[in-house]
Amino acid sequence: MTISDMLLGCLVMFAVTYATKAVGLLLVKKRITNKYVQSFLYYLPYSVLAVMVFPDIFFSTSFFWSGLAGTLVALLLSYFRCGLLPVALASIATVYLVEQICFLVC
Amino acid sequence: MKFARGLRDGLPIALGYAPVAFSYAVQAAGNGFPFWFPILVSATNFTGTGQFAGTNLIAAGASLLLLLATMLIINIRYSLMSVSLSQKLEPDFPLWKRAIVAFGVTDENYAVAIRQPQKLTFPYLLGLMSCSFCGWLGGTALGAGMSSLLAKLLVGETGEAYYTMIMSALNISLYAMFVAIIVPPARGDKRLLLLVALSAGASCLFYFVPVLATLPTGLDIILCSLACTAVIAFMFPHAPDDPPDGESSENSSADNEPAESDPTNGGPAESGPAGASPDGERTDGKEPGGGREDGAGEGGGQ
Repeated sequence: MTISDMLLGCLVMFAVTYATKAVGLLLVKKRITNKYVQSFLYYLPYSVLAVMVFPDIFFSTSFFWSGLAGTLVALLLSYFRCGLLPVALASIATVYLVEQICFLVC
Repeated sequence: MKFARGLRDGLPIALGYAPVAFSYAVQAAGNGFPFWFPILVSATNFTGTGQFAGTNLIAAGASLLLLLATMLIINIRYSLMSVSLSQKLEPDFPLWKRAIVAFGVTDENYAVAIRQPQKLTFPYLLGLMSCSFCGWLGGTALGAGMSSLLAKLLVGETGEAYYTMIMSALNISLYAMFVAIIVPPARGDKRLLLLVALSAGASCLFYFVPVLATLPTGLDIILCSLACTAVIAFMFPHAPDDPPDGESSENSSADNEPAESDPTNGGPAESGPAGASPDGERTDGKEPGGGREDGAGEGGGQ
């Protein structure tokens, strides 16, 4: 991984990200009327996020059980619409606590 | 719709972004990137999910084409938000202002902006987006600085164990935030729940089946999400224009087309904030189709 790899990668990321953000604001003057295109664009973000989260979230921490505990807390709190910040903080705290307990006990 | 009002609405988003950006930077440092790289990416991209995946791809030495395709598929949702926002801007909105506003399109900024009863002004959007951007960039810078500092402070075997625990705990925060974005709307909408379950199942398949697991990172995200979304979109076509599932965001944008405007949303929205506020609450709380806004629950303080 050289500096030029990083800069080139960052440039590609910026170009694609800005293009997707700007395309609607700069170009689209009329509304999209095709029902399937609308549906597809409506559903896509949920699918992308679900694919990214599962199963990776279980293995995002030092070991499976802390990942599972963090996941369960995140699922429970977001089910009750706790908002991004409380969910993220509670999940972090849970993982830390579980790992701390395991560290002290083991 | 003043600049200050935008700043105020952006504050909870900024507070939500900071720890996520922090852990993004920490993770990037853990992947072997120098401290300036996550800051540069945060400053130029301003997209949680995309940066997270893109940075991992660069670390894995993926080809630029795969990076481009992955970024495109992850960020394509912004195009929809961008279209949606373009319908809600006040009439006097020249191209250069649109170009600036485009940079600040994120899930949370979009969710907060689109639920405003009035047409969006440039100062308001500038306030909202600059505030949340500060949280994003500040969190990244703090994470980038702290990761090396943490590594220096926590020396020895016990220190190392604590460092691993802290990093491990922060690693989950991005995922937890994504859970907080998808679960609330899926809770009230069986189609979204099915989509999420299907997507998670497909992703697990790609993770655990040895043959599929050898595919390059990022390709699984593209394949799974395109296939699952296509299936659900075909089974349950959901055009935001449909009356039963009308999203407040899309109905508000119907202001430009008086013939199609929905009386339940169009009427109060025109009369001003006092009349429109209860309407906005109702749409968010009870209509399954309006669930997208729930992603930024804490951003909704009016």
